[in-house]
Parts: sequence; C-alpha cells; structure tokens
Amino acid sequence: MTVLNHPPSEVDLFALKTRALNLRRKMMMMASGKGEGYIAQGLGMADCLATLYFHEMRYDPQNVGWRERDRFVLSTGHYSIAMYAVLAEAGVLSADELPTYGLNGSRLPMSTFDETPGVEMVGGSLGHGLGQAVGMAMALKLDGSSARVFCEFSDGELQEGSTWEAAMGGATFKCDNLVALIDCNGIQADGPVTVRIDPVADKMTAFGWETLEVNGNDIAALTRALAASREKNGKPKAIVMRTTPGFGIPTIMARDRAHFVRIDNSEWTALIEELERENG
Amino acid sequence: MAEIQTGTMPGRTRGMGELIDIAGKVTEIAPFGRTLAELASERSDIVGLTADMGRYSDILPFRDAHPDRFFNVGMAEQNLIMIAAGMAKTGKIAYCTTYSVFITRRAYDFVALACAHSMANVKIFAGMPGLVNGYGATHQATEDLNMMRGIADLTIIDPCDATELKQVVRACADIPGTVYVRNLRGKVPVELGPDYVFEVGKAKVLRPGRDVGIISTGYMSARALDAAAQAQENGKDAGVLHVPTIKPFDAKTVLEFASRFDRLVVAENHKTSGGLTSLVIETLYDAGIAKPLIKIGLEDSFFECGSQEYLEAKYGVDTPRFVRAIVEGR
Repeated sequence: MTVLNHPPSEVDLFALKTRALNLRRKMMMMASGKGEGYIAQGLGMADCLATLYFHEMRYDPQNVGWRERDRFVLSTGHYSIAMYAVLAEAGVLSADELPTYGLNGSRLPMSTFDETPGVEMVGGSLGHGLGQAVGMAMALKLDGSSARVFCEFSDGELQEGSTWEAAMGGATFKCDNLVALIDCNGIQADGPVTVRIDPVADKMTAFGWETLEVNGNDIAALTRALAASREKNGKPKAIVMRTTPGFGIPTIMARDRAHFVRIDNSEWTALIEELERENG
Repeated sequence: MAEIQTGTMPGRTRGMGELIDIAGKVTEIAPFGRTLAELASERSDIVGLTADMGRYSDILPFRDAHPDRFFNVGMAEQNLIMIAAGMAKTGKIAYCTTYSVFITRRAYDFVALACAHSMANVKIFAGMPGLVNGYGATHQATEDLNMMRGIADLTIIDPCDATELKQVVRACADIPGTVYVRNLRGKVPVELGPDYVFEVGKAKVLRPGRDVGIISTGYMSARALDAAAQAQENGKDAGVLHVPTIKPFDAKTVLEFASRFDRLVVAENHKTSGGLTSLVIETLYDAGIAKPLIKIGLEDSFFECGSQEYLEAKYGVDTPRFVRAIVEGR
C-alpha cells in the first residue's frame, strides 16, 4: 500500500510545476490524437489537479477503492481530458491508454463515466457534483473517517439550481471535510459566461461556506488555500479559482471560441511545440 | 399494530393520513417507517433521508429510532437524490422519501445518472403514487411508472398492501443498485395472506380463476381480489395475477397466466399508457398472442381534486368498474 501525500509534506513548487506541465503534455497528446476536445478547460485546471494529486490529496493509486481515500469529484464531466491526464500521471491509469481518449469502445470517454478507475461519478449532466460530494462528506463523517472530499465545479454550473441546493446542504450538515474548488474560467458552451454570477465568493460565504479566492493557475496560492481548507471548524470550504482557459499555450488562451477546440493536425502540432517553447 | 377501520365520511377528501379506501379493512400504521427502523437496527449501513416529507412519508419511526442516521435535506429533491447517491457511493444504503411527483418530475436526471447509472444503493420510497389523493395533478403521480421505466438498471416495485410493503423494505437492502418503490403510507390495508412472499422480479398468482384473467399491480391487486369475490356471486370466476415488480418484468409468468384465459383485464393505478398495461400488451405481442383485453387505469389527462371515492368512480378505477369488466366483459 502506497498512500501519497500523507502526512502532508513541504510544498515543492518546482516538482508541482513539473507535474502540471506533464499534465498539459498528456492532454495535448490526447486532444491532438482525437483531433478535438475540451482542451482549454483542461489546460486551465492543470495546476489545480497537480496540486491536489501530488500535494494535498491522500490516496493510493494502486487501490482506488480504498475506503479512507480522499475523494476528488469532478462535476464538469467534459473536463475528462484533465482527469485522465492526472490519473495517468499518478499511475492509476496507464499512459498507454490515453490515446484512446474519445475513441469507440474506450474507457476514457469525452465525458466521464465512473467505470473509469479513479473517477468517482458520472459527469456530463451539469450540477450533479456538489450534491454527491456533500453526500460523500456526510457519510465519511458518519463513519468517523478523516478522509476528505474535494469537489470541482465550474462558474457555468453555478447557473444550475441544484448546485445551490447542494451549497445549502453542505453548510447545513457542517461538512468541514468538504472543499469546493470552483473553476471560474469565464466561459461556457455559447461563449463568455452570460448570467450574472459574481460575486461568487460572497455568495458562497453567504451560504455558510468559508471561502477563499485565488488565481487558479498560481500553484503556490493553491497550496496555501488548500492548507487553510484543512481546518475542522464545522464549515465547508470553498476555493474560488480564477483560471485562464488554455493556460500554458498563449494561442489557445487568446482564442475566442475556447469551449470546444477542433482544429487540423498541423495546428495541434504547432500548439504542442508552443507548449514546450513556453514552458519546457 | 393492526386495527379494523369502521369507515369514513362519504364524500370527504382524506387528508394526509390514510389515502386509499380502508373502510372495513384491517390496517397497519406506517409499515414503511416501522420496518425500516427495525431493519436499521440490524444493519448499521442504512441511512434515511427525506426532503421535508418526513411526517408525510412515514419515515419518522426510523428518525426516532436512529436520529444520527436520519437527514432532512429540506425542500430540495434534486439534492435529496444527489446526497443519497453520494452516501451510497461511500458505502451506505440510502433510503429516501418524498412524494412520487417530486422524485419523478423534478429529480429525474439525478435518479438516472447519479443513481441508476452507477448502480448506487439508493432506495426511493415515493409517496402518493397514482390517483391516491384529493390534491389534484400537482400531487398525483399518474405517469411515474412510465417515466421510471425509461431508466436503465432501475428496479421498480408497486406493492399491494402492508404485508408486501414490509417485505419490500427489507428486500431493497439486498437488491443491487437503485430501486423505485411506490410507497403506501398512513393506515395501510392488510390484503395479502400471511403466507404471501414477495420476490423481486416475480409475479404471483393470488387467485387461480377460470373465466377471466386479471393482471394487476399495486393496490389495484387488492381491488381485483375484492371484485373477483363479488363477481363469483354472478357466476364468473376471475383469476388474479399480481405483478409487484414492474422492472425487471416477469414476462414468463405473465404469458403463462394470460395463456390460460380467453379474456384478460389489466389494472393499474396509473395511466394505461407506459405502465403495466403497456408492458403486458408488449409482452403478448412479442409472443404472438392476441386476445380481448380490458384496460382499467387512467386516461391521458391531468386529474381533478376530490374525494377518493369520487375520483375513482369518475375515472373508472373503482371496484364496480372491475366487476363490470369481469362479469359483462366490457
């Protein structure tokens, strides 16, 4: 049994940045192989996922069903490209499987299913994550477990009423073992986020959550926020992450239509070269 | 805790206590909640949840016996199902309650994807299914079987009476995955004999019969038994096949039963489209069987408010309707 990140260690920023770069490399490999994908969101989430899986979360990559594991609930199922990248980087999935992303018969569909090892819920229908994460946190508390639940959801999902039902539930049931990671990347399917969502942090605070707001592409800031989220004070924690879609590849960051990227092979090759040039 | 009912005031809309016609019947109070409380004493992995319908779903005996395992999530049916799913994925067997209409119409996506798709151990006891109250369409789940049938990997059960409901509560803990049960609450009649055994996925012949075969589910099976006894006085011997499990459907037993009769009656406390009637017709058609069949169930409509007796007579699901179908074949 190999439990990672336990007990909590000193922050190694260089190591985490290397992990984040590896995640971006894996995602670009998957997206270029498929020719399309939700790459902008994935690249934006890479720093958060690297920090979670290689610093904050307690889990055993060889035993994903370990009862005492910290859970990561990915509510935005279409961010699956980032999920598979981090699961492969952690050794839960084989890197050899990643090129099957989105292909017929693959265990790695473009929207997450929980048949995939290490995936905790069926994603894709938005607004499903936080409530299930609340339920997991409640069950863990009932069992007296010290495991925690980390739930990613997006600014777009704040438009789903179910997210707010869950937000009330998390505070009502005093889920101080639950951390919401809200990916505010400013985009949704039709373009920029259209409904007035901000001030997100104030809203979560008003709903009874202890809330911090950080740059979601600043690993040092993420490690500090996650360290603060460990406090057992009867309140669930929310980290509002301002992320940049496509972070790490300026051409994607500058793209107007970033929700779904479908481009030619030669363009994917150029973007991969850009990732290495900018970050390698 | 059985008692015999003396009757109710004619024309009076029943409140939130007893819902179906219990005059002259032996009843039990809150069989769901009492049985769940007992079961949870034996199994520590059971939790109980409600969305502000604790009092009206009969789960309070469980709350009183196991307060640390009871959670009221408030008026938030989507969250009820999400929380139940999350707890199930963390090792619990999550029994949850509210009204059928709110589960099916409001939380459908969550039952399908958060629960059934993952075979999550969520057991939904849905109150007031079908035409069982005078509150009108907002509270009458007359299309719930149709909706829930559409979800893969979901077990659907429509119990007949208190005897069966108690067995269903226990059986649910061992049925893999998500189960949708049409709950009966309040003073629930005891209709089936002490030897009755519920088996998930199995239809049961309650009365062999000779002249007409009635295939029914839920408390309509009790009505079928009452009507069959009355029809006997008119020289017609009706058989009754009770189909408590709507999904998975026991096509084999239904075909064996149907093949014994020249005439069939199918009865459900639900619209005649999309529920038991549709299942029976699909099953007969697939087997190449065509024979006269009378549908006793609800039309495709939203329904009025009113007393149970008024509504059942108006919409043609009362005992005289059954007797006419058996005796007169129309």
